[in-house]
Amino acid sequence: MDEQYKITGDAQQAPVIEPGYTFGTVTEKISAIVLTRPASNGWFLGFGIAFMMTMMMLFAIGYLFLKGIGIWGVTIPIGWGFAIVNFVWWIGIGHAGTLISAILLLLRQSWRNSINRFAEAMTLFAVACAGVFPAIHIGRPWLAYWLFPYPSTMGVWPQFRSPLMWDVFAVSTYATTSALFWFIGLIPDLATLRDRATHPAARMIYGMLSMGWRGSARHWHRYETAYLLLAGIATPLVLSVHTVVSFDFAVGIVPGWHTTIFPPYFVAGAIYSGFAMVLMLAIPIRKIYGLEDFITERHLQNSAKVMLATGLIVAYGYGIEAFMGWYSGDRYDAFTLWNRLHGPYAIPYWSLLICNIFVPQVLWIRKLRTSPIALFFISGVILVGMWLERFIIVVVSLHRDFLTSSWGMYYPTRWDWMTYIGTIGMFLAAIFLFVRLLPMISIFEMRTLLPEAEVKGE
Amino acid sequence: MKRERIYGMMAEFDSAQALVDAAKRTHQAGYNKIDAYSPFPIEGLAEEIGFHRDEVPLVVLIGGIIGGCTGYLMQYWMAAVDYPLNIGGKPPHSWPAFIVITFEMTILFAAISAVFGMLALNGLPMPYHPVFNVPRFALASKDRFFLIVFSSDKKYDPTRTREFLESLQPRSLSEVPS
Repeated sequence: MDEQYKITGDAQQAPVIEPGYTFGTVTEKISAIVLTRPASNGWFLGFGIAFMMTMMMLFAIGYLFLKGIGIWGVTIPIGWGFAIVNFVWWIGIGHAGTLISAILLLLRQSWRNSINRFAEAMTLFAVACAGVFPAIHIGRPWLAYWLFPYPSTMGVWPQFRSPLMWDVFAVSTYATTSALFWFIGLIPDLATLRDRATHPAARMIYGMLSMGWRGSARHWHRYETAYLLLAGIATPLVLSVHTVVSFDFAVGIVPGWHTTIFPPYFVAGAIYSGFAMVLMLAIPIRKIYGLEDFITERHLQNSAKVMLATGLIVAYGYGIEAFMGWYSGDRYDAFTLWNRLHGPYAIPYWSLLICNIFVPQVLWIRKLRTSPIALFFISGVILVGMWLERFIIVVVSLHRDFLTSSWGMYYPTRWDWMTYIGTIGMFLAAIFLFVRLLPMISIFEMRTLLPEAEVKGE
Repeated sequence: MKRERIYGMMAEFDSAQALVDAAKRTHQAGYNKIDAYSPFPIEGLAEEIGFHRDEVPLVVLIGGIIGGCTGYLMQYWMAAVDYPLNIGGKPPHSWPAFIVITFEMTILFAAISAVFGMLALNGLPMPYHPVFNVPRFALASKDRFFLIVFSSDKKYDPTRTREFLESLQPRSLSEVPS
């Protein structure tokens, strides 16, 4: 009972890993999903649908390249439309993965060990989906490389005083670091797959990917140092990324954008939507693959608490925005607030308040925090809410600014929707492939959670 | 130079505790060229086999400094030296605007040096290694713990090292061909 108490930490809480597992059974259970379990019809169906959605996205993008961005709903004054809404939404979702893998590691939250791997995968795929939009929304996508500082024949360089340029560096650094962090975490597990795979091709592929990892004590020492340092530098990075994204707006003078609350409230919103996505993925996956012993009630409950906390920060952000609209005495700010509440986009704004502020308050109830079905639906509501938030920020702020003569309306076209829904398909298709090809739970970090991993000093 | 036909003597243990104890006793017995293998990181094990110099932090620090300098100097040179443009009346060397990219480049270079520095110091990628010649070593990535005394160790002697390792009560003992 002593050991049991140690891994649960608190007798009142559900354990991080159900008792009764050994190094062997943990390894067996996680690697079997990749190595021996046949792909089910459900997997083929799900992957097929996601793949078709990806094809729809490629079709929409192909037509866009053929015709130009006139096929979208963007017009002046709303030049940013769906592309930027979706970009910010996807980047935000990615943030939870880095939070789980880096910040919770530094805070010694060992419950992160069973969800960090697929949360990191989620980060990578979400960043990939986000990356689609800036490249295609610029009108002349074949010139996207102009964003990078390269010695061109024109002799000019990028404009480093622009937040859009900062964004290029922040997002590409984020994508690179997330990929490295994910890969370094995978190396020991790839070695496990190499040693356990029976098919020669699988042995060779996993063998090459594992870099010849053999688990030497010297290697582990350097590995742990590198992993910890990477977590240490990924932590300020992840906070900086959505901060820089918020600068894209906050540095501009458009009412509804020009506010100092944006950086913290963007970061909180990012983590909020990211945890919602983690739960929406984890809940069906743990059910389908029988991983309830590894992704326990504790994980669901902790994620729900993080959502509740970040949701309240987001609510505070909305409150401050509304307060400043009144307190600043600026007539344009005041009008932005009035326009959100009563203007032509009032329905999205009220829906946003319901999705992001009112519905998540049910997470105060312990029973709902531990119910997978309830959490699944609440997470869905939050994801919709966070998407609406970005819609409000981008579209509603732009559509009515200083001069009534330059007011306009934005109506997304079917191409906007096809591209957006298509990226969801691309994201899901990548997740479907990931759960079949790589261990979705970090095997070696799960081993360290077992009581038998404990070594007593003298 | 003559290539050693035997790479070392390898002992297999059942638990992390047994491996740490065995590593400690082997090191105390005067063996210096030893290594230990485990399916997960064990705190303090590297110190028991005489590993004290971890250069990864230094590599990351150097990488970060190079990244930060690169980021700032790149912007300074491009915006203030090579092609100064007057944008919004801001001075060419408008340093506050350069901080964000300097920060991101610091992180980028530090992250890359952490991963590739760790791999390089570990001598990876290395698809072939003599320890893989022992069939039971495949369990080192699952639930078994291994200790090896390299044949290049001054004290290494096929019979006496075998006897010593046997005294540690391993689960199995095998010679590693190179």
